[in-house]
Amino acid sequence: MILATAMVLCACGGQGSGSLPGESDITVFAAASLQQAFDKVGARLKTTNNTKTTFNYAGTQTLTAQLQQGAQADVFASADIAHMNTVEGAGLIAGPSKIFAQNWLEIVVAKGNPKGINGLSDLTRSGLVVVLADPSVPAGKYAQQALSKAHITVRPASLELQVSGVLSKVALGEADAGIVYASDIFTSTRVDGVPIAVDQNVIADYPIGALKHSAHAAEARGFIDFVLSPEGQGILKSSGFLGV
Amino acid sequence: MALAGLGLLFFLLPLAGLIVRAPWDQALAGITAPETATALGLSLFCSLAATAAALGLGIPLALVLSRTTGNVRSVMRALTTLPMVLPPVVGGVALLLAFGRRGLVGSFLYQAFGVQLPFTTAAAVMAETFVAMPFLVIAVEGGLRSLDPRYEEAARALGARGWMVFARVTLPLLRPAIFSGAVLCWARALGEFGATITFAGNFPGTTQTVPLAVYIALETRPESAIVLSLILLAVSLAVLVGMRDQWLGEP
Repeated sequence: MILATAMVLCACGGQGSGSLPGESDITVFAAASLQQAFDKVGARLKTTNNTKTTFNYAGTQTLTAQLQQGAQADVFASADIAHMNTVEGAGLIAGPSKIFAQNWLEIVVAKGNPKGINGLSDLTRSGLVVVLADPSVPAGKYAQQALSKAHITVRPASLELQVSGVLSKVALGEADAGIVYASDIFTSTRVDGVPIAVDQNVIADYPIGALKHSAHAAEARGFIDFVLSPEGQGILKSSGFLGV
Repeated sequence: MALAGLGLLFFLLPLAGLIVRAPWDQALAGITAPETATALGLSLFCSLAATAAALGLGIPLALVLSRTTGNVRSVMRALTTLPMVLPPVVGGVALLLAFGRRGLVGSFLYQAFGVQLPFTTAAAVMAETFVAMPFLVIAVEGGLRSLDPRYEEAARALGARGWMVFARVTLPLLRPAIFSGAVLCWARALGEFGATITFAGNFPGTTQTVPLAVYIALETRPESAIVLSLILLAVSLAVLVGMRDQWLGEP
C-alpha cells in the first residue's frame, strides 16, 4: 500500500529524476553523532519501504548553515533544540519538530583508560591533553555546560569542528581525553568511556523534522515515523542513545 | 563560446556572492574584532614561516631534482608533487601518523624529549609547509631546467668553486622563479584548511588560522566569515595581479 502510494506520488510529481520506478530517494541532513544509528535506519528502509536514503552527516551547526543558505533536503535531524529552532524560525520545517532521541555526555579516553581518569575534575590535571568540540558545535556547547555545572575550567588543546574530530584524536592517541556523546563511545571499539556524574551531566535532546520544500513529503514523513516507531527506537538504543 | 562564458560565470558568481552579501558597514569592525585579528595574525605568521621553511628545504630539493635523471627522478618528482593532488585531510592524517605522539617519528620525539607536535603552532606551520612546498619546488625546478648552463660553465672556467657558482651565478638567475614559487607557496599556505584541522586542531591563537575561523564563524557570526573570506580573496587577487607577468600576461 505504501509502495503503491509512493509510486503514484513519483509518477505525478515527475521530480524523481533518475530514480527507478517505485524507488524514491530522500536526503537526510543528520548530526554527525547519528551516523552509526541512521546508517542502520537507512539500510532498513531500503529493504522495507524501497526508499533510498542519502545522508549528509556533519556538525549540526554546519547543516543549519547549509539549510539556511537553501540546501535541498527532506529531513533534518539536529543534535540540539537550539539549531532546530533556528531552522524552524527560518520557516523551513513542515509542522512541529519532534524529539526522537536523547544522549548523555561521557569522557572519552584511550582503551583501558591508561591515564586513570575518573571524572570531569581529572581533566584539569596538568600535562593531560584534552580536546573538546567547539562551543558552536552542540557537543561542544553541552561539554561547556557540563564543565560549568562541575565548576571546572579546562584548557583544551583543540576545539574540534565536529564531535567525530574529538573522538578520532583520542582514538589516534594524540589526545588523552575529550567530552563526547555516550553513543559515540558505545559504538566505538577503539576507545573507552568514563561516566560523568549525573548532577554534572547534560542530556542532549535530538529533534527531527521534515523540510517544507521537500519534493518527497510522504517518504520524509515515513522516515520520521520509522525513527519514532518501536523498531526505530530499538535501533537508536542499540547505538547507545536513550529512547523517548 | 557560450560554454566559455558559462565557465567564466562559474568563477565570477561565487566572488560576486561574497562581494554583494558582504556587510560593508561592519567590515571595519569585523577586521578589528579581537578574534578576527588573532586569526589574521596567526595566519600571517604561519604562512610566512611555512614559506621560509619551503624556501630552505625546497630550493635544495629542486636543485637535486633538476640534476637527476631516470627512475630516481621520477620517484622523487612523484613524492614532491604528491601533496598537490592528495586531499589535504589525508595529508593531515599522514602527518599525524608520522609526527603524532604515536607516529613513526613523533613517538620517538615524545619519549626522548617530551615533544608533542599536534595542537601546536609548529604543527600548523608543518601542515601548511606540507601542502604548499610543492608549488615552490616545481617553480624553482622549472627555472633551473630553463637555465642556460653556459653561465655556470663560464663561471667554473673562470675558476669559481661549486658553492660560489651557486651563490653568485645560479641563485641570481633563479630569482624570478624563486619569487613566483614563493608567492604561490605562500598563497597556498594561507588558504590551508584540511591538513591543519586534522594535524594541528583548532584553538584560537594557537592553531586557528583564518580558514578555520571562517568555518567556525559561518554559523555563529556570518558577517565575520564573509569579511575574513573577503580578506583572503583580496590577498589571492593581489598575488595574481602582482604576478601578472607570469600568469596573466603574454606568454
